[in-house]
Amino acid sequence: MSFSPLILILLAMCAFGYWYGTKKALVLSESRTVRVFSSRPHQYGMYVVVWGAVPPVILLVLWFVLSITPFGASETFTNLIHTILFPVAILLTGVIGVYFSLRSIDPELRVRKTLEGVVSGVLILASTISVFTTIGIVFSLLFETVQFFEKVPLSEFFLGLEWSPQTALRADQVGSSGAFGAIPLFAGTMLITLIAMIVAVPLGLMSAIYMTEYAGNKFRATVKPILEILAGIPTVVYGFFAALTVGVFFRDVGSVIGLDVVSESALAAGVVMGMMIIPFISSLSDDIIMAVPQSLRDGSYGLGATRSETVVKVILPAALPGIVGAILLAVSRAIGETMIVVMAAGFAANLTANPLEAVTTVTVQIVGLLVGDQEFDSAKTLAAFALAMVLFIITLILNVIALVVVRKYREKYD
Amino acid sequence: MTDMAPTSSSAKSWDSDETRANLKRRHRSEKRFRVLGLTAIFIALTLLAILIISIAGKGATAFIQTTISLDVTFAEQKIDPKGTRDQEVLRGASYGSLVREALRAEFPEVKSRKDLRVLFNLVSNGSPNKLRKMVMENPELIGQTVRVQFAASDDIDMFTKGYIPRDVPEDDRRVKDKEIAWYDQLAEKGMVETRFNSDFFTSGDSREPEIAGIWGAIVGSFYTLFITFMISFPVGVMSAIYLEEFAPKNKFTDIVEVNINNLAAVPSIVFGLLGLALFLNVAHLPRSAPVVGGLTLALMTLPTIIIAARASIRAIPDSIRDAALGLGASRQQMVFHHVLPLSMPGIMTGTIIGLSQALGETAPLLMIGMVAFIVDIPGGVTDPATVLPVQIFLWADSPERAFVEKTSGAIIVLLGFLVFMNAVAVMLRKKFERRW
Repeated sequence: MSFSPLILILLAMCAFGYWYGTKKALVLSESRTVRVFSSRPHQYGMYVVVWGAVPPVILLVLWFVLSITPFGASETFTNLIHTILFPVAILLTGVIGVYFSLRSIDPELRVRKTLEGVVSGVLILASTISVFTTIGIVFSLLFETVQFFEKVPLSEFFLGLEWSPQTALRADQVGSSGAFGAIPLFAGTMLITLIAMIVAVPLGLMSAIYMTEYAGNKFRATVKPILEILAGIPTVVYGFFAALTVGVFFRDVGSVIGLDVVSESALAAGVVMGMMIIPFISSLSDDIIMAVPQSLRDGSYGLGATRSETVVKVILPAALPGIVGAILLAVSRAIGETMIVVMAAGFAANLTANPLEAVTTVTVQIVGLLVGDQEFDSAKTLAAFALAMVLFIITLILNVIALVVVRKYREKYD
Repeated sequence: MTDMAPTSSSAKSWDSDETRANLKRRHRSEKRFRVLGLTAIFIALTLLAILIISIAGKGATAFIQTTISLDVTFAEQKIDPKGTRDQEVLRGASYGSLVREALRAEFPEVKSRKDLRVLFNLVSNGSPNKLRKMVMENPELIGQTVRVQFAASDDIDMFTKGYIPRDVPEDDRRVKDKEIAWYDQLAEKGMVETRFNSDFFTSGDSREPEIAGIWGAIVGSFYTLFITFMISFPVGVMSAIYLEEFAPKNKFTDIVEVNINNLAAVPSIVFGLLGLALFLNVAHLPRSAPVVGGLTLALMTLPTIIIAARASIRAIPDSIRDAALGLGASRQQMVFHHVLPLSMPGIMTGTIIGLSQALGETAPLLMIGMVAFIVDIPGGVTDPATVLPVQIFLWADSPERAFVEKTSGAIIVLLGFLVFMNAVAVMLRKKFERRW
C-alpha cells in the first residue's frame, strides 16, 4: 500500500474541514447579537484541520517507522498490518477528528489557544531536527566504528604504518589480510593541509590587512566580492583545475628544472586547496581586524608610528586570538575537504613528507572505500566509517576551540 | 610652541642625519608592507583569473559541434521489408547499415575491411539512433533519400577544433592520414559543418563524448535541489523563529545553539555517510535517487539557513514587536503577521546562498550512490539520477580527450547557474533590504 493516495484523501478531508468549519463559525457569529468570539472564523477552520491532520500524521510516521524496522512477526501478520490496519486506522482517525471538531465548534470554544499550542509544538520539533542530525551522525558513525574495531585492533589503526584495505577474493591471495594502519593517511592529510595553509594564511591575512587598513572604500567594495567568488566556486571545479592544470604545470616545471614531480603531487592539491581557503581566512580576519577598537589605532598613530608599525605591533597582537581561531577553522575545513584531493591527490597510501610525491588523505580513502559495491560487514567498508569518525571528532575539536577563542576575544572588545 | 626647538638639542634632534635616515628606513618599510598587501590581493586575483580562463579556454568549444552531412537512403528493404510499418519493426531495424551505406556511397573507392571500419568511425556511434528516431517520428521517410546531419565522432570533432594538430607525426596522432584525407574530401564538398551544440543541452550522459549532454544532470540537480528546498526551508525558518522569538533561555536552547554552529562546520562528506547509513541502510530509500540526495543536502544546508534566518529576524527592531503586541496581537500573530514578512527578504537571500552551496556539493552525493552512469533523463524524485557536479566529476575521470572539453563546458554551465542564483540573492537584498 503506497502512501500517496492516502495522503491525497487526507488533504481533501482537511480542505473540506477548513471550508466547512470556517463557514459554520461565520454563520454562528452572524446569528449572535453580541460578538464574544475569542477567535477568528478561519481559526476555527484551522482547528478542524489540526484535528483532521495531526493524529493521522502521527500514525503515518509510526507506520513508516514500523515498515523499515524488521520485527519477528509472520509474513501474513505484517501484510495485514500494512495493507489493512494502518490505512484504515489513519482514515478513521482523520474522519473522527474532523467530525468531532466540526461538531464542537462553538463561540465558547477557545480555539486560538489550541492552535497556538500546536504551532508551538511544531516549531520546537523543527528546532530539534538539527540536534537529531548530530545524534544521527554520531550514532551512524559509532555503530560501524565499533564493529570495525572488533575486527581491527585500535593500536593497529592508530599506530600502523601500512594501509592497504583491499579485500581478498581468495584466502591465499597476497595481502589478503588487509592492513589498516592509518598513519600514512593522517600524515598525507597533514602534509596537504600544511601546504594549503602555507599558501592561504599569508595571502589571506595580508589581503585582509590591506583591505581594512589601507584600501579606500571603493577598492574594498570592488575587490572583496571578487575575492569571495573564490569561496563560491564548487570544490569539484577546483579538483578539476588541480588535476588538469596545476598538477600538469608542476610536473612540467619539475621536469624542466630536473625535479621528479608526479602529476598527482601533494603540492598541486595543497596549493589549489590553499587557493580555495584564501577568502575564508581573509574574510574572517577582516571581521576580526575591523573589531579592534579605533582607539588603539589612534593611540599608536598619535605616538608617531607608521601604519605598518601599527599593524604589526598593535593590531595584530590585539587580534591574534581571533586570527588563530580563523586559522583553526580554516584547518578544519582543509582536513574535511574531499573533492580536490579525490581528483588531484593519489589513492595509494604513501608515507612521505616530500610534497612532490603523491600522498593520500582520510577523505580520499573514505570515498575510495565506499564508492561502488559495498558489503556492510567487511572491514573495508567499516574502515571508512572509522576514518569518518576520526575526521568528525578532529574537526569538531578544532571548531569548538576556534569558537571559544573567537568568542573570548569578542567579549574583550565588545 | 616657540620654546620647544631649543630644548630638544640635548636629545636627538628631529632633523639630525640619524633621525632622517631612520625615518627614511621606516617609510621604506611602510611602503614595502603596503606593496606586500597589494601583492597578496593581486596573487589571489591572478589565481582566480587563471582558474576561470583555463576553464573557459578548455570549455568554450564544448558548445560547438562538428557535423558531417550524408545522403541517407531510407531503403524500405532494410527498414521494413514487409511494409507493415509496425512500430516494433521500425524500432528493431538495422539503422547502422544505412549509415554505413551512406558513407560507402560517398567513398566508393574504399574497399578493404580495415579501411571501412576506420571510415565508419568518422561519424558518431550514436548516428543509427538518430536515424531510428527520425523514422519513428516520420515513417514517410522510408523510401526517400534525405541529407542528414550526423555528429562527427569525437576524434574528428577534436581534429576540427584544432586539439589534434595536423603537423605531428602520424603515429602520435589519433586521427590518421587516411582519415584526414577523407575529412578534407568531405570538407571540400561542404559536408563538414560546425554548429551550436544543442545536443549538449538536451541529451543525457553517454559513453560517446560527442553525443553526451548535461540535460539529465540538470534535471537531476533540479529535483535534488527541490527536495532540499522543500525540507530545509520550512524547517530552517521554523527553528530560527523558535530560537529567536519563543525559546526560553535554558540548557536546551543552549545545546541547540551550540549544535547548529558545530553542524555548520562538519565536513560535507560526513553528511554523506549519515545519508548512507540513515536513508539507504535504515530507511531503504532508493539508491542514486534525488530524494535521498535532497534529504542529505537538506540536513547539510539546514544550519546555513537557520543562521541566516536568525540574523534576519534579529535585525527587525523591537518597536514593530511592541506595536503589534500593544494592539492586542498574540505573540504568534506578532511573529507570523509582522516579523516574519518583514524578515523574508533576508531569509530568502540566506536560503538562496545555502541552496547554491548545495548545488555545487559533490562529496556527500558520492556516498549515496549518485555516481552511477545514467543515460535516461530522470522523470521523478525516485528515479536514479545524477547531478551537475557529480557529472563533472565523472567526466573528469574519463580518459577520452573529448571529455575534457565536455567537463569544462559542464563547469561553465554550473558556474552560470551559481552566478545566476547569487545575482538573484544580491538583487533581493538590494531591493528589499531595509535599514531600521
